[in-house]
Amino acid sequence: MMGEPLTYEKALAEIVLADERYVVLTAENRAAIRELPARLGERFVDVGIAEQTLVGVAAGLALRGRTPIVHALATFLTMRAFEFVRTDAGLANLPVKLVGGVPGFLSEANGPTHQALEDVALMRSIPHMQVFCPADELDLVLGLPVVLSSPHPTYIRHNPLQAVVEHSRTCKIGKAEVFAQGYDVTILTYGALFGQAYQARNLLQAEGILTRLVNLRWLKPVDEAEILRAARQTCLLVTLEDHFLTGGLYTLVGEILLRHQMMACVLPLALEERWFQPALLDDVLEREGLTGPQIAGRILDVMRGM
Amino acid sequence: MHPRAEMEDPLIWLEEMARRVRERILRLAVGGGCFVGSALSCADLLVYLYARFLNVTRDNLDDPARDYLFLSKGHAVPALYATLVEVGLLPAERLENHLQPDDSIYWHPNRSLPGVEFHAGSLGHLLPVAVGVALDCKMRRGRNRVVVVTGDGELNEGSNWEACLTAAAHRLDNLIVVVDRNHFQANLRTEALIPLEPLDLKFEAFGCRTIRVNGHSFAELDRAFASLPLSFGRPSVVIADTVRGQGVPGFQERADRWFVKLTAREAEELIAELREGGR
Repeated sequence: MMGEPLTYEKALAEIVLADERYVVLTAENRAAIRELPARLGERFVDVGIAEQTLVGVAAGLALRGRTPIVHALATFLTMRAFEFVRTDAGLANLPVKLVGGVPGFLSEANGPTHQALEDVALMRSIPHMQVFCPADELDLVLGLPVVLSSPHPTYIRHNPLQAVVEHSRTCKIGKAEVFAQGYDVTILTYGALFGQAYQARNLLQAEGILTRLVNLRWLKPVDEAEILRAARQTCLLVTLEDHFLTGGLYTLVGEILLRHQMMACVLPLALEERWFQPALLDDVLEREGLTGPQIAGRILDVMRGM
Repeated sequence: MHPRAEMEDPLIWLEEMARRVRERILRLAVGGGCFVGSALSCADLLVYLYARFLNVTRDNLDDPARDYLFLSKGHAVPALYATLVEVGLLPAERLENHLQPDDSIYWHPNRSLPGVEFHAGSLGHLLPVAVGVALDCKMRRGRNRVVVVTGDGELNEGSNWEACLTAAAHRLDNLIVVVDRNHFQANLRTEALIPLEPLDLKFEAFGCRTIRVNGHSFAELDRAFASLPLSFGRPSVVIADTVRGQGVPGFQERADRWFVKLTAREAEELIAELREGGR
């Protein structure tokens, strides 16, 4: 990439400073928006450590025509305030934008209280709610304009990881980004594991396994056509996610295949009925067997047995 | 203010409107029933607020400078439906569709109805929402007043107190919380279950200013609401002492007259009682 990479905060500032419609809120979590409060003045609102009120206030602002962009840790935003998200933002279909901090493995050493591993399941269960899970900060920045201008409530899995690829500049709601075509395996993934998936794909390719890599970007609406195409055209689907096995991408793929009465071989890589051992990200990935080389090895094992 | 209120003795005019609202509430309980006890306790409050205090009319619903009323104790919605009919926001014939699947006049409010600001039913939601509305009015330098009517049992929910802290921190003196203090939860007296008193001191400690009134006296309500905001830079809380089932002697202060189903004949008998026994 040329020059300094555009951060989430800079991209957000550019959009919200130019348009009075936007109000930025937080429940005292400013990690992703350090400089914004001073620049935004009274259109920055900190309600204190009170996620239910945070979401209620956001709904009230939206009733007055604003588009609130709400920041809190993903666990507290999606769980402590769940009923407020569902009933105040979801039921009313208000353009409340919920930015969940440190989702999934990004909570690193915080421990299970901070591990949002059901956020996608919860948010996608709410009518009207959209779910955007960018692969890295560049992907997040590329999606921000469509997220903010959409009239629907949207949950965003915040992701500050550095991009390992050049993403497609066009980010459309509900459209996945297909990285590499391949007819042996498809890795379907979203969020923080994309970088590992990319590495795994290159390793598999070197082994002669033609691997398709899909960065879903949106879990709701999800790119059903791309998932069906992968199910038809490749021998094995891998669903890779830092989420519980229940309710996330694996479940979604299952629902889609069932709806279309299709069979597919699926290797799910996710957390089954457990939280992960808290540690720094690289160590978490290693222990969970989800580094690029480990993912490639697990896929190879399955391929050999097919 | 409604022009008719200027012409006649406004208090008598309000009493009459409140009686008609109570009649409508009782008729709404025919068949499938509704939350009559709760509706009767806040009927005078809603009549007072819509007919005399708030700048909300059929013609200004799209005006960003108008006032707002959020009914947080959503189950008391029969009082809201009936009041909205009385002030001309909701066509009277819509009430005939109560609980009919083809309309949306059900046991809790929803904002598809003209004059209903937001859906409610889950307690402790509309104070936070109203804080957001009040915050936006302040940002836009508006003079709107944002009223939230809460129950007293509803104050068990912590989100109300979170919202008070936030409202006080943001100096929202355009926010008015009206507590329908009928001293009943769904099943028990509040003081027998989760005591709320001293309620005024609780709100004061959370950064609000309070005033306590008889919620069935239009003269007292008039004096209290004329004194708002109670303090510049602070939310006002009007603790309105009320009686569950007010106006219908057989229903007053009875825990088992919260949700009530009536036959048409029972409703007409109670309405006759209402007409005889004052309001």
